[in-house]
Amino acid sequence: MRETIGLIFIIIGSLFYVLSSIGLIRMPDVFNRIQASTKATTLGNFSILLGVGIYEPDLLGRVLLMILFISLKSPIGSSVLTRAAYYSGAYRAENTKTYFIETPAQDEGGEQNEL
Amino acid sequence: MRKFLSVFLALFVIWVCLTGFNVQELLVGVLVALVLAALISPKTVYSFEGKDIRSLFRFIFQYLPLFFMKLVASNIEMAKIVLSPSLPIQPGFVKIHTNLHSDLSRFILANSITLTPGTITMDVQDSEILIHWVKVKGTEEKEHFEEIAGEFERALGGVFR
Repeated sequence: MRETIGLIFIIIGSLFYVLSSIGLIRMPDVFNRIQASTKATTLGNFSILLGVGIYEPDLLGRVLLMILFISLKSPIGSSVLTRAAYYSGAYRAENTKTYFIETPAQDEGGEQNEL
Repeated sequence: MRKFLSVFLALFVIWVCLTGFNVQELLVGVLVALVLAALISPKTVYSFEGKDIRSLFRFIFQYLPLFFMKLVASNIEMAKIVLSPSLPIQPGFVKIHTNLHSDLSRFILANSITLTPGTITMDVQDSEILIHWVKVKGTEEKEHFEEIAGEFERALGGVFR
């Protein structure tokens, strides 16, 4: 019984991984692709780790700790990637709208790449 | 002294999570935590206080359930977007103003915004948060704020004083 529940959690997690990789291919620009790939690191990771913890109760403490640290660090990674893409003027999908007045890139004198 | 105890406690809790309950392991854990706390504690800036315990409990029982509900709901929404043939996205950059003041609560708010799919925190400048959103709803800043951060911020405001 316990093993079945754990396996169900792991299967749900891998389904979310599949979805996020489909999103990675289908999305039009870098921002939306980062968005699609953060799905894997949230619900996919959490539910795979939780599934492992339920399947093997000895590991539960370790797994909870891993969930805590992943939820602390993985948003920072994707946030920094998006920030770099935004300030370096990466390609945006055509229908992207901006709802505020943009200030020019305030990053420390990096050269503007011409792509 | 208070810093030393805080660091020791945090390290020891992590050790117990990693090894499980076992007398030998616990003894080694106390030793390791003592040595590390003595080395690290002069350099830390944060220490626990009495009211932090109450905040921690409120964080766990008030904020985390809300967060997980939002997480699952928005994950399913994203899955629908990715799987639908026409790819119905309306991406946009929005800016919201947060009313939270302490660094820790702003950090948790920004992390929560990134962790719930569909929104990513790009930059935090004082009280302004820049966000990229896959499917923008509404056109005013107030609507954006309510949709993205309203519930989180109310819950967090209750947790951190």
